[in-house]
Amino acid sequence: MAEKLDKTISIALPKGRLGEKTYAMLEELGYGCPGVMDNSRKLIFEDEAATVRYFWVKPSDVAIYVEHGAADVGVVGRDILLEYQPDVYELTDLGFGKCRMCVAGPENVTPSADRALRIATKFVNIAKSYYHARSREIEIIKLNGSIELAPILGLSDVIVDIVETGTTLKENHLEVKEEIVPISARFIVNKAAYRFKNEEIAVMNEKIGKWLENKK
Amino acid sequence: MKETILPKEERAVLAMRALYESFGYTKYKMSKFEDYDLYRDNKRFLPKGEIITFPNRDGKLMALKPDVTLSIVKNAREGEQIREYYNENVYRGMDGEHREIMQVGLECIGEIDLYSTCEVIRLAKKSLEIICEDSILDISHGAFVNGLLDAAGLPEDGSRGKFNTCIAGKNAHELSKLCREYGVDGAIEDKLCRMLTLYGPFPKIAEEARALVVSPDMQAAYEEIEAIDAYFRAIGEEKGLAVDLSLVNDMRYYTGVLFKGYVQGVPAGVLSGGRYDGLLHRMQKTGMGAVGFAVYMNLLDLFFDEGTAKEHDIDILITYDSGTDMAALSRTVDMLMGGGRSVRVQKDEDTKLRYKEKFHYGERGLEIRG
Repeated sequence: MAEKLDKTISIALPKGRLGEKTYAMLEELGYGCPGVMDNSRKLIFEDEAATVRYFWVKPSDVAIYVEHGAADVGVVGRDILLEYQPDVYELTDLGFGKCRMCVAGPENVTPSADRALRIATKFVNIAKSYYHARSREIEIIKLNGSIELAPILGLSDVIVDIVETGTTLKENHLEVKEEIVPISARFIVNKAAYRFKNEEIAVMNEKIGKWLENKK
Repeated sequence: MKETILPKEERAVLAMRALYESFGYTKYKMSKFEDYDLYRDNKRFLPKGEIITFPNRDGKLMALKPDVTLSIVKNAREGEQIREYYNENVYRGMDGEHREIMQVGLECIGEIDLYSTCEVIRLAKKSLEIICEDSILDISHGAFVNGLLDAAGLPEDGSRGKFNTCIAGKNAHELSKLCREYGVDGAIEDKLCRMLTLYGPFPKIAEEARALVVSPDMQAAYEEIEAIDAYFRAIGEEKGLAVDLSLVNDMRYYTGVLFKGYVQGVPAGVLSGGRYDGLLHRMQKTGMGAVGFAVYMNLLDLFFDEGTAKEHDIDILITYDSGTDMAALSRTVDMLMGGGRSVRVQKDEDTKLRYKEKFHYGERGLEIRG
């Protein structure tokens, strides 16, 4: 990797609503950068004073960019942090992007306790550690999308997934069986960047803290 | 062999070895294998990763060494003063792959006082500076995290692991939640969360660090960090030294000062070390102390990568005809090499090879071809 001698903070934004909310917050805090919200094909955005550099990445990749130092800081859902356990600092709970990691299954159905519970999920590690702690035998079926379909088609007994409003579950006659953990967006920092850009990152984190205070 | 053609990584290792030898440390050389039992009994002392094992002819389970420190400690005898360094490959299973990792490290075992601790930290700092001028060595003391967790009334069971995970991740919001879940006193919760935010040169954080002290052990730890910082200031080497009280390591082994090193351009800590009297005590060597560190050369691969900017593979390519006078050709090669250039001789040209100059050695001697 090339040596990064500059003090510009590289920020990985998750594509989608979470990233847009994050950028709106950072813009309010004086970290605005022209073009970030334009629908262009440009990949990297830097402001004139070179205090910040933004790039949009897939939400599940934000932690990877930060852990490997390609981004100094990033904003990511707690679900991703719990699932991949990246070696980063988790400095602040941003309080937005709230949802819940839940076990859900068909309404009014209790899965048989005589055999391994079949779980369809994207979050393999979260599901494993949740049931491991409860000493329940499980069989994981890893899916990459349309998780709700699995119990409807009999592929699994339950699903472990993020529930925001619960509307999708309801429409498909599914219900939340257990809540595993509440989720919200987190401000994460690369461990080396925390040292070599300590002042810049500390100022940004402090501004975020004040912004959160004012929102309360 | 000229030093300049050595890869940067090997030059750095040579410089580290010369540094350690100049401080009177001797080289420790070990075999590739150890009894697996040694690692099984001290698994928590080892970094993450699976141990690669195989049975020997007698059916005894052996391991490809995942670590060097355990072997040095195993062989240390009561009353000895050990000052050793090593440059060894260690073996671990990571992400389903078997890896060979080059590790450079140093151990100081025997009677450990402030001077020997400072000397090891100084050598750790100098090792980082050999890799990159822009480097940072963070120091801490295990008694800080542990003193506060003791004060929080946490039992020595799995619950400490959860707290340590939050501390190591500087995750104050989840730490706060855990404190409430375990009924930790509000004042201790504040101190724990405050501790995560303290970072920087000792004078910058000294006052706030002192305010965290709740036990005699923590007071002693504070004074030790203060003394180490004072030593580095006295010798004018305080640049790049910082205090990070959130460093966490297994307290069964690490009993005192902890340190972690970073270099500009590498996204993770490349050096890790500390005082590990706990390991010696577990091996029934109770009258001794130990402090040491390891540099993880595998994390420096990309940092040392000189890139693809090299325009040529070799300086000169010579092709030749069948029946060429071999002795005369060799004399020509020796002459061309004299200027420090690399000369490759092969019968025909290789399309992939990138060279600066090409000659053909024929009946009339050397001819320029491109």
